[in-house]
Amino acid sequence: MRQFWKSMFKSPSGVIGLVILLLAISVALFGPMLFPNSPWRMVQRPFLPPFTLSTVPLGTDALGRDVFAGMIFGARVSLLVGLVSTLVALVVGIPIGAMAGYFGGRVDDALMRFTEFFQTIPSFALAIVLVAILQPSIYSIVASIAVVSWPPVARLVRGEVLSLRTREYVQAAIVTGQSNTWIILREILPNALSPVIVLASLMVATAILLESSLSFLGLGDPNLISWGYMVGAGRTVIRQAWWITVFPGIAILISVLGLNLIGEGLNDALNPRLSREGR
Amino acid sequence: MLSFISQRVLKGVIVLLAIVVLNFFLIRLAPGDPAIVMAGEAGASDQVFVKQLREKFGLDKPLPEQLFIYVKGVVSLDLGFSFRQQAPVAKLIGERLPATLLLTLTAFAISLMLGIVFGTFAARFAGTFLDTAITVFALIFYAMPIFWVALMGILLFSVTMDWLPSFGYETVGANLTGFSHAVDVAKHLIMPAMTLGLFFMATYTRMTRASMLEVKRLDFVKTARAKGLGDAVIQRRHVLRNALLPVVTLAGVHSGTLIGGAVITETVFAWPGIGRLMYDALLQRDYNLLLGVFVICSAMVLIFNLITDLVYRLVDPRIEFAS
Repeated sequence: MRQFWKSMFKSPSGVIGLVILLLAISVALFGPMLFPNSPWRMVQRPFLPPFTLSTVPLGTDALGRDVFAGMIFGARVSLLVGLVSTLVALVVGIPIGAMAGYFGGRVDDALMRFTEFFQTIPSFALAIVLVAILQPSIYSIVASIAVVSWPPVARLVRGEVLSLRTREYVQAAIVTGQSNTWIILREILPNALSPVIVLASLMVATAILLESSLSFLGLGDPNLISWGYMVGAGRTVIRQAWWITVFPGIAILISVLGLNLIGEGLNDALNPRLSREGR
Repeated sequence: MLSFISQRVLKGVIVLLAIVVLNFFLIRLAPGDPAIVMAGEAGASDQVFVKQLREKFGLDKPLPEQLFIYVKGVVSLDLGFSFRQQAPVAKLIGERLPATLLLTLTAFAISLMLGIVFGTFAARFAGTFLDTAITVFALIFYAMPIFWVALMGILLFSVTMDWLPSFGYETVGANLTGFSHAVDVAKHLIMPAMTLGLFFMATYTRMTRASMLEVKRLDFVKTARAKGLGDAVIQRRHVLRNALLPVVTLAGVHSGTLIGGAVITETVFAWPGIGRLMYDALLQRDYNLLLGVFVICSAMVLIFNLITDLVYRLVDPRIEFAS
């Protein structure tokens, strides 16, 4: 573990990514305490340009709502949806991949056809259809993002399990008569985890992009302010008020960038063999 | 070769059928009794009319029979009727498909070309300032949401500099023909295609760079160098050719993302393609149209995957066609 943090801190991208993520998490956790006002409340005249009043540093939108407050509350939605939908995707994808890789044969065939099927369907289009049909809410958004993002997890886990299965310690566990569940959970999965962690960090980034795109199209949770919604709302008035679209977009960009950098740092730290190139 | 193609086509057809079945159940999941919704939209919702509609569209039949009717309809390219637009879904999609193909294929070509060029440069000058600059830009483009790129493009090139039109497919009411019409469409195409292409360009840049650095270390490159071949020849003929294989695979994997991106790009730029159609269907909760577009998108992805599979086999002579 100490080794891991050491190599993580050695890679500059990992450090920058971690700093960005910690910043985003603390904004999401503590920001709303500093800004007790609802982001939906009208605080100033509409279309107040940014950097004119210190109380509303990033200006107001078409209804006089504080853009900065919206961004702080939006951080909650983005991070929450990103993390939870990734967790759900892992909970679906890991067992499917593990079973396919461990049992092989027909089970593997059936599960992998199923996975391939989901991988062929254009993911964003499916997410749109699912959210539209289930009605937009934070639950339907999380569910749809999870539905479109588990297949890569299953495929990755299957590949790992497939190669770990033939290792001697796993064979030994089989010989000693351990149950399949025990072997998968205790012997195989812990050793298959590091590539899954790398993938997961990138999935959170993709999930944030997906969530913001859905909200942008008007499929966000109507009760929660989110970055994608803010950009979507500012779109119609972009000629008069550039700041309403520019700032929330930068927030999305920075969080996604941070998570991608963490993914790279994790990759360097967990698979040192693959990352010696080009530096 | 031929048996490989027919095998892949068969597999694609099966997947497509499965998607159609999934689609059928999604339509049933959609809120509201379709007959009542239709009646409401037609402006008359008395009992007799609703019953007539049920019979007309087979909604009174048992579910398996309805499924059969639906699948049969899709196979003969009947995707249902859009009550909002008062037109068959297939016709609406048919009208919009060319614009989407023009947009996605242009974006794909731009991103692949630029991605390979930038990736090659970054790998060629690995560790220098040029490499760092390309890598940082690729990272940023990779993290930008497409809708935001689109809006920033409009802000910069339409609002501030007034260089490019911010919406549409052609200048409305200009009635241009021939060459000047093509120029007009191209002007409208630049921003949407660049917006959509930027993310993929970043992906291909990163992939090409990583893949070239990997291939560079392999033995056959050393052999080529030992033979006394020039650096340019080695880069082009030995390294790049082999490094492109994973890039081609990635292009296939990304076809679904490309379609998803097209939905957003077309929405922002009011580009009259099926993505925009999907957005309109979404706003009006026109489920027949929404799911019709969804089936066509899936079919496009399947076809694109088939093509990349073939290209992959053409580029890599080690893989034989008899699979």
